[in-house]
Amino acid sequence: MNNSIAKEKIISLRKKRSLEDMRFKYYGFTAMCLSLAVLVFLLYTIFSKGYTAFQKTIVLLEVDYNQEVLKLTPDSSDEDMEKGKFFRVKKQAIENFFPDLSKSDIKLVKKLFSINVDKEIKDYFLDNPEVINTKQQIWVTAHSDVDQLLKGNLRRDVPEDRRKLNDIQLSYVDQLVEENRVKQVFNNFFFTKADSRHPEIAGVAGSFMGSLFTLFTVFILSFPIAIGASVYLEEFAPKNRITELIEVNISNLAAVPSIVFGLLGLGVLLNVFGLPRSTPLVGGSVLALMTLPTIIIACRASLKAVPPSIKEGALAVGATKTQAVFHHVVPLALPGTLTGTIIGLAQALGETAPLIMIGMIAFIPNIPTGLTEPSAALPVQIYLWVESAERGFQEKSAAAIMVILIFLFMMNAIAVFLRNRFERKW
Amino acid sequence: MSNSKILANGVDVYYGSKQALFGISMDIKEKEVTALIGPSGCGKSTFLRCINRMNDLIEICKVSGSIKVDNEEIISEKTDVVSLRSKIGMVFQKPNPFPKSIFDNVAYGPTIHGLVDSKNELEEIVHSSLKKAGLFDEVKDRLNEPGTSLSGGQQQRLCIARAIAVNPEIILMDEPCSALDPIATAIIEELIDELRLNYTIIIVTHSMQQAARVSQKTCFFHLGELIETGETNKIFTNPDNTKTQDYITGRFG
Repeated sequence: MNNSIAKEKIISLRKKRSLEDMRFKYYGFTAMCLSLAVLVFLLYTIFSKGYTAFQKTIVLLEVDYNQEVLKLTPDSSDEDMEKGKFFRVKKQAIENFFPDLSKSDIKLVKKLFSINVDKEIKDYFLDNPEVINTKQQIWVTAHSDVDQLLKGNLRRDVPEDRRKLNDIQLSYVDQLVEENRVKQVFNNFFFTKADSRHPEIAGVAGSFMGSLFTLFTVFILSFPIAIGASVYLEEFAPKNRITELIEVNISNLAAVPSIVFGLLGLGVLLNVFGLPRSTPLVGGSVLALMTLPTIIIACRASLKAVPPSIKEGALAVGATKTQAVFHHVVPLALPGTLTGTIIGLAQALGETAPLIMIGMIAFIPNIPTGLTEPSAALPVQIYLWVESAERGFQEKSAAAIMVILIFLFMMNAIAVFLRNRFERKW
Repeated sequence: MSNSKILANGVDVYYGSKQALFGISMDIKEKEVTALIGPSGCGKSTFLRCINRMNDLIEICKVSGSIKVDNEEIISEKTDVVSLRSKIGMVFQKPNPFPKSIFDNVAYGPTIHGLVDSKNELEEIVHSSLKKAGLFDEVKDRLNEPGTSLSGGQQQRLCIARAIAVNPEIILMDEPCSALDPIATAIIEELIDELRLNYTIIIVTHSMQQAARVSQKTCFFHLGELIETGETNKIFTNPDNTKTQDYITGRFG
């Protein structure tokens, strides 16, 4: 009798335990689905807002390269060609853009074109000097407002005084669409130009290069220092109060808010050492300081993961400590070390606050070519664009987020690749 | 009788405040196999690791007393640990080949010690070491494959080849067969018997039969003390100490 009660108890307990198992499985599954949904939503918003930035609107413009207007002759030297009066050609082209334009309408039509059109007309001529005294049909960049209108981001139903384009301009744009004198093409400017006040010619090339130079500086500074520090702490340092203190403080440093490192860069690197403001050199140094603890912690973890038997084996055949460490332990820890470094770099790539402190938030309209040239960085560029009132910058910031995300995915892919490539089993 | 190779006198070992070995004195003869037996935690591995100063790796480990190898004191600040270890090879409990090719595993020692001048010489040493370890015929066609791809027994013989490649005089073996199956164990035991002709061997083992099979001298450790040492035959048939008797007959440990 007693026995059967005990048996029942065991069975009911077993049911309860398996139910618990089941419940936990569903909790986990729900949690995973939830985070996945959030991620998908995030990516969807970014992509749906940003993909239009990869297209720009161009307008067909008839340009008359008359030699009198240009004040050039077919025999002019290249230097003279540079000085041609292209703005007059452009003015003429716009005046004749629609038949019988009134003076006030010319002003309105002019606003349909990008500020870059002058340069496009000039570049076309310099590439093909033989077009002098001919009329050419050239596709030129439209103003951001036209671009936004055609992309459906500018609403026509708001009152005229609160609209970027007034009724007359709208009718002209509609006429262009009707006559097929406007189309949307791939926006090469987004990838080849630096920041600009004009959304239609603003690009990420400047900030991308700035980020690249910054990351290069971070890598050059932090990788050797981190390897040195972690190898010393893990393999050579005596275990005493001082090393313990250092270890604790490395963990503390990893948790210091990044803006504090920015202040350090501002106070020490810029003001005391007088390094050039807004440059990848300073930005990279600050971010290197910030990522060092992270990388050191990752390096030490991977050094620790190397089985001690390997080191013992090396020491037992008479290797010195340095040989045992650098011939065996460090190479085995390398995949983990590289992964840690890349994760640190990824963290540095997304960091904004310290860069703002050292002035990398300045408006830089050209693409940097070196470590000591003022430049922007991708996250700061996004911040700047999000802040801009112009409607055209909104899709740009979403697109820049896509660029930075793809950059990050690629870095993580490299980390995974390196880990798989160099990982050795024992 | 051959000469003393290793002479230990009053060796004490402390791990922090805990004493692990109490005044061990031992005389190990040249070109003999000496087996160290005893229950787990009795200090036999600790003693073995004193002989090539592997205990240096453990920070809290303090060794005092005297161990002389070829009449040279090795428990001293002045001892050149690197040259000591090139003279005393070691094989560990778990096979620990480097995650490199079979060839590189054996070649590592001779290379760092600069024992060879040319590639041919290195190849010769590697081949002869693998032959001495009885592994050459099994691996001669795949010297470039990773050492970790071998079976457990082969890995252990690879570690023996790696140890003898630097031309040591003494080989320490710390339970070399505890991770191996009986067949691999038999092969290694046979190998130890052959190696005895050229090397002084000290082997720690948990297997009484193994000690009886491979060794000429046996030392019985218990709770950090050396209880009895003597000819293997005598220890296993007619030990002087009752503790030894109890251990060997399986009454404890």
